[in-house]
Amino acid sequence: MSKEKRDIWRKYQKSIGDDNFFFVRSCIRQNFFPASEQAFLHILRNELGKNVVEDARHTTCSGIGYHSDVVNFDTLQTIIARHFALMTEAKLKNVAISCVTSFGLYSEVLETWKEFPSELEKTRENLYKATKREFEIPENIAHCSDIIYKFREEIKNKGKNRLVNAETGEPLKIVDHIGCHYAKIFPEYGEGGAEFPQVLTGMIESWGGQTVDYPERRHCCGFGFRQYLVQANRGYSVSNTYKKLQSMEPYKPDMIIANCPGCTMFIDKWQYTISEMEHKTFGPDKTGIPVLTYEELAGLVLGYDPWDLGLQMHQVSAEPLLDKMGIKYDKDKKFADKSGKIFSIPKQPEYIL
Amino acid sequence: MRAYDTKYQTIIIGGGIAGMTAALQLYKFGIRVLIIEKEDNLGGHLNKWYKLFPGFVNADEVVSNIVSEINDKRIHNITSDEVISIDSIYDNYIVKTSSGHSFEAESVLLAQGFNTFDPTKKEEYGYGLYSNVKTSVEVEKILKEHSNITIPKRIGLIHCVGSRDEKAGNLHCSKLCCVSAVKQSIELKERFPDAEVICFYIDLRMFDNGFEELYMEAQVEHGIKFIRGRLSECSENIDGSLVLKVQDTLTGLPMNVSVDWLVLMVGKEAAKLPNLDKSIDLKLAPNRFVAPENIFYNPNQTSQPGIFCCGTVSGPKTIHESAADAKAAAMSIIDYLNRK
Amino acid sequence: MSGFGFSISKSSTIEYKPEEFHLANIIEENEPTSRLCISCGSCSATCTGGEFAKLRMHYIHLYVKRNLTDKIREELQNCMFCGKCQLVCPRGVNNRNIIRLLWENI
Repeated sequence: MSKEKRDIWRKYQKSIGDDNFFFVRSCIRQNFFPASEQAFLHILRNELGKNVVEDARHTTCSGIGYHSDVVNFDTLQTIIARHFALMTEAKLKNVAISCVTSFGLYSEVLETWKEFPSELEKTRENLYKATKREFEIPENIAHCSDIIYKFREEIKNKGKNRLVNAETGEPLKIVDHIGCHYAKIFPEYGEGGAEFPQVLTGMIESWGGQTVDYPERRHCCGFGFRQYLVQANRGYSVSNTYKKLQSMEPYKPDMIIANCPGCTMFIDKWQYTISEMEHKTFGPDKTGIPVLTYEELAGLVLGYDPWDLGLQMHQVSAEPLLDKMGIKYDKDKKFADKSGKIFSIPKQPEYIL
Repeated sequence: MRAYDTKYQTIIIGGGIAGMTAALQLYKFGIRVLIIEKEDNLGGHLNKWYKLFPGFVNADEVVSNIVSEINDKRIHNITSDEVISIDSIYDNYIVKTSSGHSFEAESVLLAQGFNTFDPTKKEEYGYGLYSNVKTSVEVEKILKEHSNITIPKRIGLIHCVGSRDEKAGNLHCSKLCCVSAVKQSIELKERFPDAEVICFYIDLRMFDNGFEELYMEAQVEHGIKFIRGRLSECSENIDGSLVLKVQDTLTGLPMNVSVDWLVLMVGKEAAKLPNLDKSIDLKLAPNRFVAPENIFYNPNQTSQPGIFCCGTVSGPKTIHESAADAKAAAMSIIDYLNRK
Repeated sequence: MSGFGFSISKSSTIEYKPEEFHLANIIEENEPTSRLCISCGSCSATCTGGEFAKLRMHYIHLYVKRNLTDKIREELQNCMFCGKCQLVCPRGVNNRNIIRLLWENI
């Protein structure tokens, strides 16, 4: 796929904030990928010198509740308005959002306020009655992957590693997976639109890798809350990831990156589930395909220690990938904490390494 | 470079089938006409077609017959020149072209034809991204020039690309694409006898004489497959073939079909009109084609007296319908000029 | 390993691989009028068996072409071979011969 042909994404350029971000965290990322958000903050504050402000009083955006029909739309708007109020209090205008579902909700609420100003007035009233707060609409909302995309050249220049095979010099074949809520609902809110989003592709290509275009590239990973939360429906979810993995298999990708917390978790953990149910793995020699978040990838490019980035918490071991890239890591320190004491080592699954 | 007059009774914008047929008809009644054609040759879209249905006659023959008549009768025509503006002056019109010519005409006949839909707008079909996705126009060229290309094992033709599509901005049906698809599928099967040819349709509009029979011939004698289901997405397999995601609506199940070539039957859109001065009131139909003043009694007169329309500029038509429309337009013009 | 509480759903997508559709090839070679079917539904509308049991000739055509042989068996057993489907067909498909060929080959 040549670069010249892929110019369709240029139609969908969006403005991404430059500095002074109000950071809102994800509910589940800190459990599954503990170091990702920390890495993001470290990269922005210490490597790039940006001002990123967090507020301890910020809450969940209630995406899980909203998408499970537990939280209604008025409550959702008020919760998001409260975050904007905290942002206004901190005198900031740019929001950096860690979760893709969250980003989808912020876009949805902002679009609703644009088309139905009466909803905006109602929300202002509700928020005032509940908390006595007032808020301004942010100038710019960006997903954290948009921000890393914007500064990809700076990260490349500071970087110690490139996304190439250390032995052969070939670029690594990387599958990029974009969360559905990022651009499929409002294509103008996504960098590159809905069909060929550029946000992860730009990062990969800038850092020396090569993206894989496979038939099910735009297929959902299956993490719809309604499917996943009810155990009986989970088969539906895992079938979607299975379909994607089967479709990308002939291309022999070296890794998968995703910008949504749910997607990364799914594609990572379902490889274990599929190995148990179908006795099938997707990488060479009974391994799986490592799944990384874009912050972990940025951290690897910048030369951070893989165990500081939380790669030991992934279901599919990242060691084969690190070996491929020529990144040094200390095998013994994998499950050790900062003082060197080994915390409990997880059991080895039967079919997947 | 021929020397032209500066004043004509009728200026015909567009030198395709419609424009030329109208010119010949007006000539029979002694009307002095000028044809202004923006491409390098007269003939219009027909110059690009391979064979025409019915009859599978060579398009080139049809064009050269009529062009040689134009030349024999020495009907004035300019090529490689585009009309950029029409201004009204008293009862007449001033027509200016891109090369700087300026003509005065008692009446103007719009015969610019149509534009084909640009399928890069349908990103999900992969036109311009995957090299094996072609438009029906390109297929005519391949068939005509017998270009030496790899042999496809399976060809898919997609109907209604850019037509009947709210997202593409065109709600109308382009009328000719269904029969063109059936015709091209037969021609492709004859060119590549071992290939499987599949047409993906929503409806099959076989409205004219011989069309339904052509459809039956395609099914029985050539083994063309017809699957009812509109293409939703086209992706590339690792071997370069294209995988199409369609719903087989008749069985009600989703289906993945791998093809080597994908042919998009692009629809017809309204042609660009020249700039008109403020006093000219030219009404367009909701589908952006030129609207006739009264479709039943006055189909060739536009809402602006003195400006007429014929051929596909007022909506998709078959070639013989365009020719008939052109002759009718000529008679309307003659009537108008006599009454002036 | 069981105990997950859920299992992988089977995909309902048809993978179109006509080289492997043996029954379809037999029918097409031996009864070329089968190519004419456009699923207009006249056959199923007039079908005697279809009044009271699941039998739709135009669906059987589709099942043959998509290689869904289990579904063919399910409906074929209700056919009484009356031939009304052939009488009504506007395009001249020889439905009775197709039913006969299916009985022989399925």
